[in-house]
Amino acid sequence: MNHLPLIIKREYLAKVKNKSFLLMTFLSPLIMVGFISLVTYLTTVNNETIRTISVLDESEFFKETLISTEYTKYHYLDGVDLESAKSISNQASSYGLLYIPNLPIDSVSEEIKFLSEDAPSLTFITSLESKIENRIKELKLEKSGVDLAKIKAANTNVNLGQESYEGVKTSKAGSFMKLAFGGFAGYLLFMFIIIYGNLIMRSVIEEKTSRIIEVIISSVKPIQLMLGKIFGTSLAGITQFAIWIVMIGVLMLASSLIFGVDLSATPQQEIMTEAMNNPAVNSELQGYINDFRALPLWNLIIAFVLFFTGGYLLYSSLYAAIGAAVDNETDTQQFMIPIIMPLIFSFYIGFFTVLEDPHGSISTIFSHVPFTSPVVMLMRIPFGVPLWEQLLSLFILVVTFVFTVWIAAKIYRVGILMYGKKPSYKELIKWLKY
Amino acid sequence: MNDLLEVQGVSKNFADFQALSRVTINVPKHSIFGLLGPNGAGKTTLIRIINQITMPDSGKVILDGEPLQPHHVQYIGYLPEERGLYKSMKVGEQALYLAQLKGLSYKEAKKRLVYWFEKLGISHWWDKKIQELSKGMAQKIQFVVTVLHQPKLLIFDEPFSGFDPINANIIKDEILQLRAEGATVIFSTHRMESVEELCDHIALIHESKKILDGKLDDIKRQYKTNTFEVGLSTKHKTALKQTIAERFDIATADFKSLEDDLKLNIKLTPNDSSDDLLAFLSQNASVNHYKELIPNVSEIFIQTVKNNGL
Repeated sequence: MNHLPLIIKREYLAKVKNKSFLLMTFLSPLIMVGFISLVTYLTTVNNETIRTISVLDESEFFKETLISTEYTKYHYLDGVDLESAKSISNQASSYGLLYIPNLPIDSVSEEIKFLSEDAPSLTFITSLESKIENRIKELKLEKSGVDLAKIKAANTNVNLGQESYEGVKTSKAGSFMKLAFGGFAGYLLFMFIIIYGNLIMRSVIEEKTSRIIEVIISSVKPIQLMLGKIFGTSLAGITQFAIWIVMIGVLMLASSLIFGVDLSATPQQEIMTEAMNNPAVNSELQGYINDFRALPLWNLIIAFVLFFTGGYLLYSSLYAAIGAAVDNETDTQQFMIPIIMPLIFSFYIGFFTVLEDPHGSISTIFSHVPFTSPVVMLMRIPFGVPLWEQLLSLFILVVTFVFTVWIAAKIYRVGILMYGKKPSYKELIKWLKY
Repeated sequence: MNDLLEVQGVSKNFADFQALSRVTINVPKHSIFGLLGPNGAGKTTLIRIINQITMPDSGKVILDGEPLQPHHVQYIGYLPEERGLYKSMKVGEQALYLAQLKGLSYKEAKKRLVYWFEKLGISHWWDKKIQELSKGMAQKIQFVVTVLHQPKLLIFDEPFSGFDPINANIIKDEILQLRAEGATVIFSTHRMESVEELCDHIALIHESKKILDGKLDDIKRQYKTNTFEVGLSTKHKTALKQTIAERFDIATADFKSLEDDLKLNIKLTPNDSSDDLLAFLSQNASVNHYKELIPNVSEIFIQTVKNNGL
C-alpha cells in the first residue's frame, strides 16, 4: 500500500498549521522590511542636512572648480585672513572651512587644509580631494603648455572584448556577475538545508518522544514515513520561502511609498549619478547587461533546480537519520558537525577556488564530490561547464542520494525504536547490520 | 487450519545479542493468547516480527494460512507498549489519519470513529488536542485506533499499564466483545496475573526461548500437585495435626480466615481421592475451609524455569 501522499499531506499540514511556523512566516518579512526601512530612513534623514562649506582660496586657483549642489553649498570668503575666516565659518556653523594658501601651483597641494569642528564624512572628503586633484592636474598641465582641449579629445576608454575560441563573449565584469549568481544559488541551498533539515530532524525526534512511532510503523514502512517527512517538510519550506519573497517584495514597495524612503535622493547617490554620466562607466553598464544576456540562462535554471533538489534531499535524509538516532535535540550536536562541515567547505571552495580558476583541478574535483557538488557546481556553471560534466556530477549526486537514503533508512528503522541511550558512531555502524 | 497465526522456528539476533531463539508458537482462531515472560525475554521482539516492524533472521510467520506479506498489516491491530499520539494534533484528525494508514477510506474511517466515540462517550473530545487530555483518556483513543479497522488479530503489549481500574475494565469488556465477534487476541505482558483470567492459551518466553505453551487449563492440570488448603476447627490442634500427618504429607499453611483454625496444606497420596480426604477430615474436626491449590501462571513459570535448570 502506498501511503506516501497521505503522509506528505499530514507532515505538510502539521508544519503549516503550527503556530510558531505561522508566526515565523508572517513576522520575519515584517521585521526584516521594517528594519531595512528604518535604517534607510535614518540614513536619509542624516543625509538631508545641507552642508555649507566655507572656502578661503588665497591662491585663487579654485574659483570655478567648486560648484554648489543641492546638499553641498560652497561659500567663498574674500579678503579675510585665516583667523577671521575660522571665526566666520564657526559662527555660521559651517560644515567646515577649506583653506588654500597663496602658494605656487607646484607646492600648494601639501598645504591645503580642511578645518572643521567634528570629523568630516569620509565620502565627502574623498570627493572633495578628487575635485582638488583634478584641478591641480589641469593647472599643472596648462602651465607646461599643454592644450587641455586636446587631452580631453585624446582620452580613450578601452574595454577589451573578450571572446573564447568558440566565439562566446565574456568579460571581466561578467565574472563578478557569474560569481554573484553562483554565490546566491549556493547560499540559498545552504540556508534551505540548515533551516528545513533541522525541521525534519525535530519532527522525527517529536515522533520518538511522543511515542507514536511504533503505532505508525506497524502500518507503514519506515522508509515511506521518512520520505514522507522529507517531502512534506520541504513543501512546507517552499511555501514559506514563497510567502517570504512575495511579502518582502510587497512590503518593500509599500514602505517606500509610505515612508518615502527613496534611495535616489541621497548625496552618495548624487556622486554615483555623476559617475554614471561618465561615458566610460556607462559603457561598462552596457557590458553588464550584455554579459547577463550572454549567461547560459536555461542551463542555469535547470541545473539550479536539479542540483538544489538533489543536494537538499541528500542532506535532509542525513538529518532524518540523526533525528532517529537520538532522543532529544541536545544529543544531536556530535552528529551535526560532519553534516555542516562539507557544506561550509563547499562554500570556501566556491568562493576561493572557483573565482580564481573555474576549471582548475580542485574546482573540477569538488564539483563532482557529492556532498560539495551542489554548491560548487552551481558556482561553476555560469563560467560554462560541458554538459557531460554536469550530467556526470548529477549522476553521482543521485547515486549517492539513493545510497544515503538507504543508510539513513537503516539507521532510522532501528533508531526510532531505541529509547534512553545516546548512540555512538560505532553503534550506528552496528545498526546498519541489523 | 485452526490456527490464525503460526510462528515457526523464528530466531533474531541484534549484533551479538540473541533476542529470539527458534521460537515456535501457534495461536488458535478466536482464542485469547497470553504471551508471557519477564522483561527482556523477547516478547516485544516477537510481536514486532509479527507486525513486520523487524524481520526475523530465520524461521517464518504464517497468518491465516499465508506467509506474512506487507498487505497483512491491515489485518492486525497493534497497541505497542511504547504508545503515544501526536501531541499537537486534534484527536479526530489523527484518529482519521491512523485509520487511513491502516487502509480504511476517509469516509469509512469517519463513520466508524463516530460510532466508537459515541460508544465510549468521548465524542466531545474530537476537536481537542492530545496535550489537553489525561494519559488515561489518550489511551482510550489509542484503543479505538487499534481496533477501528476490525483486524482479525489484535495484539496488545502490556495492555493495562496506564489504565485506572475502571477504564481497564471497560477496555477488558470491549476486548471480550471483539473476541466474541470473531477476533483473535494476543496479550503480551510480564505481569502474568493481570491477564491470567482472560487467557485460554499461553506461551512462556524466557531468555529468548519458548519454555512452555499450550491450553492454560491443560497446563494447570499438568502442574497441579493435588494439594489442598484446609482450615479445621478443633480444640486439640497438636493432636489433630499428628493424626493427619500419619496418613498425609502436610505443611503449615497461611491464609486469612475469621476463625482461629488449624491451617494446613495437605497433599493427597496416589491412592486417595479428594472425597477420601474430605471424609477423613470431617471425621476428626469441622471443616471451615477446603480448597484445591491450583498453581497460578507465575508459579508455573518459576517451576518450569527451575525444572529446566535454566
